[in-house]
Amino acid sequence: MPVTRQDVLHISELARLGVEGARADELTKELTAILSHMEVLSQVDTATVPTTAELGAGGTPLRPDVGVPPLMSGTLGSIAPAMRDGFFIVPRLASHEDSGESGA
Amino acid sequence: MSVNDYTRLGAAQIASSVRAGEASPADMIGASFKRAAEIGAGPDELNIFLHSDEKASIEEAEQMRPRIQNATDLGVLAGVPVAIKDNIASLGLPTTCGSKVLRGYVSPFEATAIARLRANGAIIVAKTNMDEFAMGSSTENSAFGPTRNPLDVRRVPGGSSGGSAAAVAAGITPIALGSETGGSVRQPAAFCGVVGVKPTYGRVSRYGLVAFASSLDQIGVLGRTVDDAALALETIAGFDAMDSTSSDADVPIYRLASLGKPAPEARNPDAQAMRIGRSPIPPPPLPGPTTLEGVVIGRPKEYFPESLDPDIRHRCDRALDRLRSMGATVRDISLPRSPLAIPVYYILAPAEASSNLARFDGVRYGLRVDPGKGLKAMYEATRSEGFGPEVTRRILLGTYVLSAGYYDAYYKKAQAVRTLIADDFRAVFASGVHAIFTPTTPTTAFPIGAISDPYEMYLNDIFTVTANLAGVPAMSVPIGRIRRLPVGGQIITAHFDEYAMFRVAYALEAGLGAEAHQ
Amino acid sequence: MTQSRYEMVVGLEVHVQLKTRTKAFCGCSADFGAPPNTNVCPVCLALPGALPVLNEHAVELAVRAAVGLGCRIDPVSIFARKNYFYPDLPKGYQISQFDQPLAVGGSVVVERSEKGTDLRIGITRLHMEEDAGKSIHDRYPGETAIDLNRAGVPLIEIVSEPDIRTSAGAGAYLRTLKQILQYLDVSDVSMEEGSLRVDANISVRPPGQGKLGTKTEVKNMNSFSAVEKALEAEFARQCELLDSGGNVEQQTLLWDGAKETVRPSRTKEGSHDYRYFPEPDLRPLVLDSKWVEHTRKDLPELPTAKKTRLATEYELSVVEVEQLTANPALAEYFEAAARASSDGKAAYNWVMGEVQVALRSSAEDIGHFRVRPADLAQLITLVRDGTISHTAAKRVFAQMAETGKPAAQIAADEGLVQVGDEGAIATWVDEVLDEHPEEAARYLAGEKKLQGVLVGFVMKKSKGRADPRRVNQLLSSRGG
Ligand SMILES: [Zn+2]
Repeated sequence: MPVTRQDVLHISELARLGVEGARADELTKELTAILSHMEVLSQVDTATVPTTAELGAGGTPLRPDVGVPPLMSGTLGSIAPAMRDGFFIVPRLASHEDSGESGA
Repeated sequence: MSVNDYTRLGAAQIASSVRAGEASPADMIGASFKRAAEIGAGPDELNIFLHSDEKASIEEAEQMRPRIQNATDLGVLAGVPVAIKDNIASLGLPTTCGSKVLRGYVSPFEATAIARLRANGAIIVAKTNMDEFAMGSSTENSAFGPTRNPLDVRRVPGGSSGGSAAAVAAGITPIALGSETGGSVRQPAAFCGVVGVKPTYGRVSRYGLVAFASSLDQIGVLGRTVDDAALALETIAGFDAMDSTSSDADVPIYRLASLGKPAPEARNPDAQAMRIGRSPIPPPPLPGPTTLEGVVIGRPKEYFPESLDPDIRHRCDRALDRLRSMGATVRDISLPRSPLAIPVYYILAPAEASSNLARFDGVRYGLRVDPGKGLKAMYEATRSEGFGPEVTRRILLGTYVLSAGYYDAYYKKAQAVRTLIADDFRAVFASGVHAIFTPTTPTTAFPIGAISDPYEMYLNDIFTVTANLAGVPAMSVPIGRIRRLPVGGQIITAHFDEYAMFRVAYALEAGLGAEAHQ
Repeated sequence: MTQSRYEMVVGLEVHVQLKTRTKAFCGCSADFGAPPNTNVCPVCLALPGALPVLNEHAVELAVRAAVGLGCRIDPVSIFARKNYFYPDLPKGYQISQFDQPLAVGGSVVVERSEKGTDLRIGITRLHMEEDAGKSIHDRYPGETAIDLNRAGVPLIEIVSEPDIRTSAGAGAYLRTLKQILQYLDVSDVSMEEGSLRVDANISVRPPGQGKLGTKTEVKNMNSFSAVEKALEAEFARQCELLDSGGNVEQQTLLWDGAKETVRPSRTKEGSHDYRYFPEPDLRPLVLDSKWVEHTRKDLPELPTAKKTRLATEYELSVVEVEQLTANPALAEYFEAAARASSDGKAAYNWVMGEVQVALRSSAEDIGHFRVRPADLAQLITLVRDGTISHTAAKRVFAQMAETGKPAAQIAADEGLVQVGDEGAIATWVDEVLDEHPEEAARYLAGEKKLQGVLVGFVMKKSKGRADPRRVNQLLSSRGG
């Protein structure tokens, strides 16, 4: 299955990588070449392979619901690109973007 | 032992002389920096160090002095200089993962593995160069320039833990931490002629290791000798409540494996005393015809294909002969699904990476490039400037295989084949094989710039990546040289059986003697 | 009304914040209202190298909710990453559950006493996830401010079947669900504080048609009545579209409460591709079946069961139990007072009367109300014994609410204990008859209806302390 330039632009959009121009063409070729090596997997019979869940021996460990002081040295201001009044500051969403995606 | 012999001292010897008061920690740190300067660890020469602060390290060493005078237990690594791969979060020195996106970032918290090293008296001398976000097999993908192999400066040290392997090979530190996702400790260890260990998945806490592919990542150790690596690993191994995937299985005293016997009970009082360094281990007995008595070594045919470089085959056969001469039985085995490992790995690892690297968005830390055209433009400018070509390629690949319509054909399929690859290992170990022996890499260190095709570069991992997919421990030990370039032999054992792996490795190292570097 | 030619088909997705002390995957406080970015740590800031560890209590609460809603709990469930970029989503993915959720297949029974038929709304699934932070768009011009205190707080998402057919039905479902969750004590379920959020999926079709129409998703409702209004508005919009020969387009809409309309969200449909995959930083959540069974047995009494029991045990009407069980704290308060006083009717009257008035005027929560159920029961007993009059009791209660002192002490201090002593009452009666000679004469002459007036005078003279029964008896005997 060859990867198209359209695919590359779409996944670049999903991954916020801003790929464009000639770089998109190069990556289309590179990804197609890499994925051609993956085709071999389609011939492997995996019908009877158990899923991750069935393999799930020993569940995830649980943490007691007690507060612990955040193990951090220094302040957020020392690592953040932009902070004001305790908030991280980012540029406003441009108009074509969603403002309703927030909040799970 | 004197500090003048610094580059020949093992970690255990350094700690012993510091604990005995024969040398001070500051002497050792000074010797480490002296060696770094001599060999040219800086950016203009070998480019091994990304960040170091000699003054701060010496100061830290000086602060240990009162503890020595009070005869307080200093830990098994008292005064031992260590180098740390730059994707392991450290206090004091930056953690940049060899990426522009994290240039200058200093972590406000420290990785569990580093905290354990420090608690045992080790002192960090440097954060080492690496392929950006550990994506690469040559350390050429660092945003801060390639590291050069100290044994041949025109060649790569391997990767992605190339800086750590080079630091050890150059005699700057006896041990270093690296990280593995598909062979990133073992391959550079092989290229630099040092010992490299990837423990069982879950053996060492990943807390503080900047994630590349979480289900495969594991902190590993590099050492000049098997003993250095064993000492380093037993220091950092063990359960950590901060990592949900870390195991609570007991950690044996790996150094006891040098005695050529099965592992003693973990709760054995002598073993406990040794763990905290109260009774130094006597030098191991010379290997004899019974050192590996009862040990069955598997030689998987898939790792010795027709096309294998004859010189590498020869070094492996010689190593197997030495193992036989110490009482081991060598058995031909098969791991039939191993040839599928590269495709599986290069689906799963990029998939996880595409998600793990989403946090580098310019909002809370690290690089932000804001062209002033709204949020999305900020994201795209930050990430396209922050990530190099290989990281971009893998994020795209990973995004693609997870995206709607391709998930089943790629990600899900690869996950199922991964299970089959692990089943192969399980079956081999269940059939009575104690350890598997293979070459670590298909070639020796190649010249800088020699490989430009991404997939050809991926094939460097062909013998190492299966252990990551199966989650089993594996290590590379030097088994000789070809035209002065080191060759590594790989030892793989069952889950959490690092002890057996070290037992074989100690024996092989002793059995080969000087041949290991010839 | 073109709408009558269609019926609406609605399914609701309800996000509920679990009542834990700390966040889902780190030890930061889950409290609401701290200064921005103060309840944060490497994990919930998504600093490089940080890893999640699941909060045990969040699992307990999620399982309790699932069991209480009659769901089947999966012994193994899987956390998954939902990948998308948003500045209040620090990791660039939300840890949620996808393929294998915690629980599936429950139901909520909405009682409709007026019509007599109950409505059963199916629960498709219930899964655990973490909340995002808060984006504040109106604080700085051209910029968005991000507060990550809420990032990583544990949530459950409860997805209903498309079983709802009216906006009122949606409201009733939500109110019932909220009540059940309150009884289960898993959440504060406050839409104002954001601990309960609702998204609606709605489509329309001619009644009787089996196939579902194209649905839209409506978000941004901040109250149950807003949900009802938004559904009506979207129903009308879809009906008009179909009537005018158009098609409903699958999209996300935002409710505008001020304008009472829905407007399209600016997201292009299809631009979402969340690329779910199993979260490799957490192992599967494995639940011990014995532990789940234990949770089932320890489940608090749910509203329906409680109503039935209170009605029989305390001989209360349907309307009365409905009022008392509106929230679990109220029901608990009532029952404690009723038990201690052995008088359900009196307890009901006090709880729905004076207690409510006092709570309303002080804006207090019944859980923190100064008059504890045992204190109220004592007051009820004093009235029943005849120690104080009902009128005096109201004054005593007011003082109890103010000072927290016991009823008996207030009654004694204030001289409100009823006087049953014949001599004292006789004296007051004599004085009243002396002071009101005209009424006295007419009463003694046989004008019986004046007895009430005279009793009133006596009560006034005694400052309410005279036992009115005795006063009546005495007057009757005088009146001959
Ligand atoms: Zn936190």
